[in-house]
Amino acid sequence: MNVHSPQFKELRKKCFLRLLTMHYQSKVGHLGGNLSCLDILLVLYHTILKPEDVVVLSKGHSAGALYIALWSVGLITDEQLEQFHKDNTLLSGHPPASGIPAIAFATGSLGHGVGLAAGVALGKRLKKSPGRVFCLTSDGEWNEGSNWESLIFIQHQVLNQICLIVDLNGLQGFGSTNEIANLHPLDEKFKVFNMETVTIDGHDAQELNRELDKLSEKPRSIIARTRKGSGVSFMENRMEWHYLPLTEDQYNQAIQEISLQ
Amino acid sequence: MRVAFSSALLKSVAIPEFIFLTGDLGFNALESLREEMGERFINVGVAEQNMVGVAAGLAKEALRPWIYSIAPFVYARPFEQIRNDICNHHLPVIIVGNGGGYGYGVMGATHHALEDYGILLTLPSLEVYIPAFDEDIEFLVPLLMRTTNPSYLRLGLSEKPKELVATKFEPFRKLVHGTKGVIIAVGPLAGGLWKLLSSLPDDQRPSLWVVCKLPFVELPEALIQEIKIANRLLSVEEHTKQGGFGQMLGNYLFQKGVSISWYRSKYALGYPSKRYGSQRFHRQESGLLPEQLLQEILN
Repeated sequence: MNVHSPQFKELRKKCFLRLLTMHYQSKVGHLGGNLSCLDILLVLYHTILKPEDVVVLSKGHSAGALYIALWSVGLITDEQLEQFHKDNTLLSGHPPASGIPAIAFATGSLGHGVGLAAGVALGKRLKKSPGRVFCLTSDGEWNEGSNWESLIFIQHQVLNQICLIVDLNGLQGFGSTNEIANLHPLDEKFKVFNMETVTIDGHDAQELNRELDKLSEKPRSIIARTRKGSGVSFMENRMEWHYLPLTEDQYNQAIQEISLQ
Repeated sequence: MRVAFSSALLKSVAIPEFIFLTGDLGFNALESLREEMGERFINVGVAEQNMVGVAAGLAKEALRPWIYSIAPFVYARPFEQIRNDICNHHLPVIIVGNGGGYGYGVMGATHHALEDYGILLTLPSLEVYIPAFDEDIEFLVPLLMRTTNPSYLRLGLSEKPKELVATKFEPFRKLVHGTKGVIIAVGPLAGGLWKLLSSLPDDQRPSLWVVCKLPFVELPEALIQEIKIANRLLSVEEHTKQGGFGQMLGNYLFQKGVSISWYRSKYALGYPSKRYGSQRFHRQESGLLPEQLLQEILN
């Protein structure tokens, strides 16, 4: 699908609305980080991925955005989506270990996805099988030492099937990333690990499409500058939307704002 | 057992799915394997969390990764990766810990593995193998190449005298027949006991069984009968009391309704004197030497 097409814009709106409704009906928080990475996942699933590719959602708390992206390409059903966060569901608050074939790994504890992605990429190389590995991380999770272990491994093995995407929304669990454990500039650190690194607007579908599509002899990393709570005025760049569920008034306002975009 | 382990793995090199990852350990043991395996032997460096994550990714790609390090480095440091990445996905990664129990002796407490299988057996579907003798390795390596479960292989030192011939690996094996009670030893501890008890007549020694796979669902019926008749049972292991075989055994016998008047469990006490020494020194402090154990059950 062309990201410039009216269909893609319509699809984007439909997915943002569905994400809001799903979280509102389930009375579930974590909306901020879901909204910040939904554009990335939609571009990835609708314009980039091939059947042999693997996606690892290292920021497992954005499971809602992943479920919506998978729903939008027909890999999760309406009925499954209706069960989000309910008893006896496959769609828990963080991605499940089994039951949804399109989800490779259960994640949620941060700092796991990059190593898993490295293993998949190494496996593909050893088997000489095709496929790229996309790993979406948060920015706060680069506090985790395990991620840096994995970066050492990725650069040493030159796992160039890997494309890391950092959802750089600048907010983490209990404050801003700059206040807590400042890693700015993150892109310079990735470059030191011999990664081909670019920084883009994580809500610009054209930029996302262009950079996600690129292949390189080096492992790639894309720093996607995003806004936590993107698209909803009262949520944008506010830490509390890492946690809070929507009230009815807030939900109605959010739906109205997205609908008018 | 490291040499036996390396030799057994060399026989599996032809399996194309077999991948070996080490956390920068293997000097004087794994050089031949490294040479034979080529790109499928990967030294991931001193980075155990990543090693486990990478192994899970490889297993997801239908490969058969083995990961190797000194025991505590491979189960304690990356425990969350073992739990989430391997076990939650039921991936058949083989976790090899060298130096089970006090195996690294005077190297100190950081290098000892006293709670390894107790912790790991809390995880879904994980199986633990504790070979007692070098010969067990020959049997276990091909078995682990085919297993569908996450597995932990606890390597120690084979302590069996050469003149004694072990029967084929089984989860429970009887090594010695006696009439003065029953001892069940976990893994390599059985070797020294076997040697000592072999020098005594039947009527002056207990029976000796060795257990090499955990968890267990049932004890062999022959063992249950022996326990009932002997009415005297001692379990021994180089592992903490909590989560150890002794607790599993007591729980099993209680549920089974096997009532005996004398049961003792001997286990690793940690560092009671706060001093360090050889594996033998630490066993002695815990009352785990063969002569101490014999004394325990005969008294």
